[in-house]
Amino acid sequence: MPMHPLRLSAYTTLSALGRGKQATLGALHRERGGLRPCDFEDAELDTWIGRVEGVEEEPIRGELAPFDCRNNRLANLALHQDGFAERVATAVQRYGAQRIGVFVGTSTSGILATEQAYRTRDARTGRLPDSFVYQHTHNVFSAADFARRRLHLAGPTLAVSTACSSSAKVFATAYRHMQAGLCDAAVVGGVDSLCLTTLYGFKALGLLSHRLCQPWDGTRDGLNIGEAAGFALLEWAKPDDRGVALLGYGESSDAHHMSAVHPEGAGAQLAMQRALDKAGLRAEQVDYINLHGTATPANDVAEDRAVVRQFGTRPPCSSTKGWTGHTLGAAGITEAIISCMSIEQGLLPATLNTRTIDPRLSANLLLENRASPVAVVLSNSFGFGGNNCSLIFGNLRR
Amino acid sequence: MTTIYVRSVGMAAPGLLGWQAHLAVLRGAQAYRPQPLPSFHPALLPANERRRLSGTTKLALQAAQEAMDEVDVNATQICSVFASSGGDYDIIDKLCNALLLPERPVSPTHFHNSVHNAAAGYWTIGSACRQASTSLSAYDWSFSAGLLEAATIAQSEQAPVLLVAYDQPAPFPLSAARPLYAPFATALLLGPKSWPISLAKLQMSLTSQSSEDCLDDPELERLRQGNPAARSLPLLQAMAAGRARQISLPYVSDQQLLIQYAPCL
Repeated sequence: MPMHPLRLSAYTTLSALGRGKQATLGALHRERGGLRPCDFEDAELDTWIGRVEGVEEEPIRGELAPFDCRNNRLANLALHQDGFAERVATAVQRYGAQRIGVFVGTSTSGILATEQAYRTRDARTGRLPDSFVYQHTHNVFSAADFARRRLHLAGPTLAVSTACSSSAKVFATAYRHMQAGLCDAAVVGGVDSLCLTTLYGFKALGLLSHRLCQPWDGTRDGLNIGEAAGFALLEWAKPDDRGVALLGYGESSDAHHMSAVHPEGAGAQLAMQRALDKAGLRAEQVDYINLHGTATPANDVAEDRAVVRQFGTRPPCSSTKGWTGHTLGAAGITEAIISCMSIEQGLLPATLNTRTIDPRLSANLLLENRASPVAVVLSNSFGFGGNNCSLIFGNLRR
Repeated sequence: MTTIYVRSVGMAAPGLLGWQAHLAVLRGAQAYRPQPLPSFHPALLPANERRRLSGTTKLALQAAQEAMDEVDVNATQICSVFASSGGDYDIIDKLCNALLLPERPVSPTHFHNSVHNAAAGYWTIGSACRQASTSLSAYDWSFSAGLLEAATIAQSEQAPVLLVAYDQPAPFPLSAARPLYAPFATALLLGPKSWPISLAKLQMSLTSQSSEDCLDDPELERLRQGNPAARSLPLLQAMAAGRARQISLPYVSDQQLLIQYAPCL
């Protein structure tokens, strides 16, 4: 039995591509990526980043001011775009605040606040400044707690933190909580923000590219880090509903290495297979694949092998990391929303910056935008610890 | 109502190292005497991997290992949920200190171990398990949130799920911003249906009409309040006592997780 589809009755996205759906779509249509040479804080790194402009000037005020940090600012901006908070408020009237769950993925949450607190430690005692509020900024749960409070929701709430698959997995968690009757609807989302920990951490691993990242390119040499926030309201799809819906999800573990993917993409393929099974679809029914496609030499090889084993070389594929950067814990929701836009707009985004496809890779990679109706899209998200999640979205009237 | 069956339990905390070994303490038949925990050497990972493990990950793996050692279950087939309020404070401290130095020499191992799913990653590697694994936080309510996530996976997938809840106190100066009293880890092997031998049947629901259970022993109560994973203690106590009762654990937004516990004989 395929799973009962979950309609995305509202959604919003914020990244270096722009604020909100229209801005994002405009950038996609114009083939204008959002990456820039690294100008984050005082980081001296020869790389490109996907920074959301103006976040520095938009603090969180009022009763949620203790939550003020870059990560929650991104969440705050996203929640107030595209009429998202208003749509959720309407859902509260239908279901009740306690019947709407909140499941948010993040990798580093507000760790930047802790980095800053360490920089301003008391020289004599070593203490962090009194103004530092760990619970509402850095703690992983803060991202979910902030969204819950901002939206005035009181249903089941948690933060999923499985590195770069975090905000893909929230769809699975939401589905299960709804299936178990713990809530009737759910807000899912993901937020991750630039910080020195990830910039210097990926540098230490030798995975930062000095150029614009080039997924699947023969000369690719690493990733660019970005930041993003995105949210979606999920409700059970009813028979005459229109729009896009989550049709399936698949989760797996590599059981291989903490920071290196399984070379054959065994866990990745398992996640894709499980997503197809949950959706009750065959591989040939998938019209487009939004790859994880980080542009590191090893990751793209593993994902290519997994995709080709599962789908052959037919379905058009692209990685949108060259547009937004790798938004880590927000990659799942960002690419889920790009996948939904592909279905609604009939626009398959290019693999930006990629010029010459690595001859060792054989997936059907899109180097230019393609206008083409698509009904079913698969989106991949894979993280450190070998944590994999694939999602399938589809048009309800396909 | 979400129903789940407990097959086995693991536990690691000062004075509570080992579920089987400390049933009498949990029942109240023996006094609770906190003892510092030894350092752990998780047997499931080879020595070269073991060297990379932090204390927090070892604590989580210790409880997970105990729950799995007790049973004849194929570890490669078990989904997992790792619930921790803050992950690895030791590593966060190391990273933040490294970022203060010239050139910001972040250790690559510290960086990949800093992900919230580090313990889960090592668990799936060590047990060669390709099943789904969720790592989550709900701050002080992480145990209840993890138990619900694990229960819904077990029901949805009709498959066994290992829940591991753990938190380890932060070093200074983070300790002042996030004071935790003592390390605590527990693991529950859960299934959607009664196992051939089950320890407990749990029927769970959320309510805002209850108040969280406290413990009679002041030292144990201090432990319960001082570590989010130790919020599991009222449930662990009930399972050790073996008498059917209702347990109320704290949950997000002033709700409680109500658990109808019944022993399985």
